[in-house]
Amino acid sequence: MLRQLEGSQAVARAVTLCRPQVIAAYPISPQTHIVESLSDRVRTGELEACEYMMVESEFGAMSACIGASGAGVRTYTATSSQGLLFMAEALFNASGLGLPIVMTVANRAIGAPINIWNDHSDAMSMRDSGWIQLYADSNQSAVDLHVQAYRLAESLSVPVMVCMDGFILTHAFEEVDLPEQEQVDAFLPRFRPQQALDPDDPLTIGAMVGPEAFAEVKYLMHVKQMAALDEIPMIADDFREAFGRASGGLLQPYRVEGAETVVVALGSVLGTIEDVVDTMRDEGVAVGVLGITCFRPWPVDEVREALRGAQRVVVVEKAFAVGAGGIVGQNVRDAVRGSPVQVYDVVAGLGGRPITRASLRGLLDDVLADRVDPGRLYFLDLDHELVQRELERARHGERPGPHAENMLRALGTVASGAYE
Amino acid sequence: MAFQEIKLYQTGTFVAGNRLLDPEQRSVQARTGRSNSITSGHRACRGCGEALGARYVLDAAMRATEGKLVAVNSTGCLEVFSTPYPESSWQLPWLHSLFGNGPAVAAGVAAALRAQGREDIRVVGQAGDGGTVDIGFGTLSGLFERNDDVLFVCYDNEGYMNTGVQRSGATPPAATTANTKALGDHPGNVFGQGKSVPLIAMAHEIPYVATATVAELRDLEYKVEKAMTFRGARYLHVFVPCPLGWGADSADTVRLARLAKETGLFPVFEAEGGTLTEVSRIRTQVPVEDYLRPQRRYAHLFGDHPRPDIVARLQAKADRNIVRFGLLPEGDE
Ligand SMILES: Cc1ncc(C[n+]2csc(CCOP(=O)(O)OP(=O)(O)O)c2C)c(N)n1
Ligand code: SF4
Ligand SMILES: [Mg+2]
Repeated sequence: MLRQLEGSQAVARAVTLCRPQVIAAYPISPQTHIVESLSDRVRTGELEACEYMMVESEFGAMSACIGASGAGVRTYTATSSQGLLFMAEALFNASGLGLPIVMTVANRAIGAPINIWNDHSDAMSMRDSGWIQLYADSNQSAVDLHVQAYRLAESLSVPVMVCMDGFILTHAFEEVDLPEQEQVDAFLPRFRPQQALDPDDPLTIGAMVGPEAFAEVKYLMHVKQMAALDEIPMIADDFREAFGRASGGLLQPYRVEGAETVVVALGSVLGTIEDVVDTMRDEGVAVGVLGITCFRPWPVDEVREALRGAQRVVVVEKAFAVGAGGIVGQNVRDAVRGSPVQVYDVVAGLGGRPITRASLRGLLDDVLADRVDPGRLYFLDLDHELVQRELERARHGERPGPHAENMLRALGTVASGAYE
Repeated sequence: MAFQEIKLYQTGTFVAGNRLLDPEQRSVQARTGRSNSITSGHRACRGCGEALGARYVLDAAMRATEGKLVAVNSTGCLEVFSTPYPESSWQLPWLHSLFGNGPAVAAGVAAALRAQGREDIRVVGQAGDGGTVDIGFGTLSGLFERNDDVLFVCYDNEGYMNTGVQRSGATPPAATTANTKALGDHPGNVFGQGKSVPLIAMAHEIPYVATATVAELRDLEYKVEKAMTFRGARYLHVFVPCPLGWGADSADTVRLARLAKETGLFPVFEAEGGTLTEVSRIRTQVPVEDYLRPQRRYAHLFGDHPRPDIVARLQAKADRNIVRFGLLPEGDE
């Protein structure tokens, strides 16, 4: 059924359709609307036979999901940013134990400086936590990915994170096609746990493992993630058959046929990039976009294949490894290793800075005109003047104080024109 | 009394006496049908109070629930010595996740059982003092506040034993540990405000809070069985000497546990809904010195440079407990 809905409401409805039995969550913007809505649905009985746990922290939320999943029920949680980091230890534990928990990450920047707006540094920081990571590019894809995530998680007994851009998606009203309950029930079989705490068949879960088998346990985690590379496209095929629309899968190529330059990105910025690509294609420039839906496991062969014809690959990402470079970019470089393609690492949209069509167009023009050095991390729309001024000040000041406050003050001065 | 076939097991106090009792009155450990939730062969040190405590707690809980029990364990000695891969000492469903999240994991298990309509299966969470009073405290308080249907048991050996005997929030003043050595002007752990999680649990007004020691195992079983008659959050704090960490003789575990109580250093009581309901009285108050001397962690108080001043402060602590909890027999106070 087509409806005009806020992204968070759409996701809450999709999760409800998946019939989780335990939800444990702790509020943090921009995840709040999702879990508030789920709390309502449990209270009104719309979501039956479900326990909603008001936990004391995100660490408690993930831990409660670990307990509930270990007891053999379908579980759900959602978080963002600081909350995801607060869960970090439990995230690795959930994946190590092979518990098929599904979690929404409403992507938000990580402080300091504290910032509630969107980027991908939260989810990217947990890329090696053993969770599968799927990135939604629209609210429709967020809805569909949640339904697919449960199927995937439970078929392999691995936890899955569905990432959706905070505010840009969670708080945006869009038309969404919500599946019917019967459709979801048919697509998503009842949860049959691979391990469960059961007095009739007592298992020890979470035993200590030393050097004699630790590597083997970890290897099996990797094997399962590799299996997900086969499973995800199959689930997407089944989904198309059942719901009549394409959604999910590993990658989302757009006009990459014959493209000499391909932009690689994740999440909601893909829409903007596609618009830019359309314009440039109309002008006869051979550009395309490769959207990454599944970032973990990393579909290295599929990415290599998708980028086969390209000469330049521009990776636009909303996070970076401080002191090293691009994160997605590194993975892309791994995929195209041995081929002569140039990979550009572009950091954009940090802390909620809009990534505009004009900026993207400017970037691509610069890349095509060889004005960007592919060997260097490139920051889109960086205020170089502001940075220089602060560096200068810090160099001379005895006790220069916090950068963030200084830069904000500098910006305020510029904006008001009241001083100087 | 009808003829009963008796099988002797390695068990604790009062067991031999149990054989003369009516079967219904015997301790859980004295019954041939006890569940043996934690089997022998685990890797605990000789004389480990925690192993003894866990065995009594879980077997009593198993009996109270007719075997419908799930255990959640935080990281610590108990977890490590019971599950050296690929062996497991656990004969009941058992889940270990992390050091600081035992209470939340247990709450999640309870929620899952409720969602499935399986409230006949009960949940016990267990951790050391570190996993309870320090790193797991936030999740424990959350469990209390939500009144989740979990019995949480703290095995208090007054330190982080699993990592090599460091100080915890439950380490008593003056005790030496690996990071509170007898160095400087204030040897051993500092004199602080103390951190009584049983009292903090009572402040949450949960249905049942009790303390116990491994010296009075029948009392421990009784408290576990009683705890299982309540629904909601329950807390049991068990005093479990650690021969390795305390520098005590393995044969002294039960004796030290008894002395901790008889000195007044460890008050044994029960509370319901935040109100004290029972205290286990001391027959004759024992001076703290009798308790401190057999433990190497207090050796610096007695050797060549004795510190009677510090012993006096510890005595004052015990005396305060005696007044505060009314630990002496009525009329003796
Ligand atoms: C987050 C985290 N910090 C530290 C540790 C290391 N660690 C494991 S067990 C333990 C101490 C356990 O002390 P306690 O809970 O009192 O149990 P005990 O071993 O004394 O029975 C510590 C510090 C850990 N596993 N996880
Ligand atoms: S160190 Fe202490 S708590 Fe740990 S097994 Fe040995 S005696 Fe038991
Ligand atoms: Mg301890």
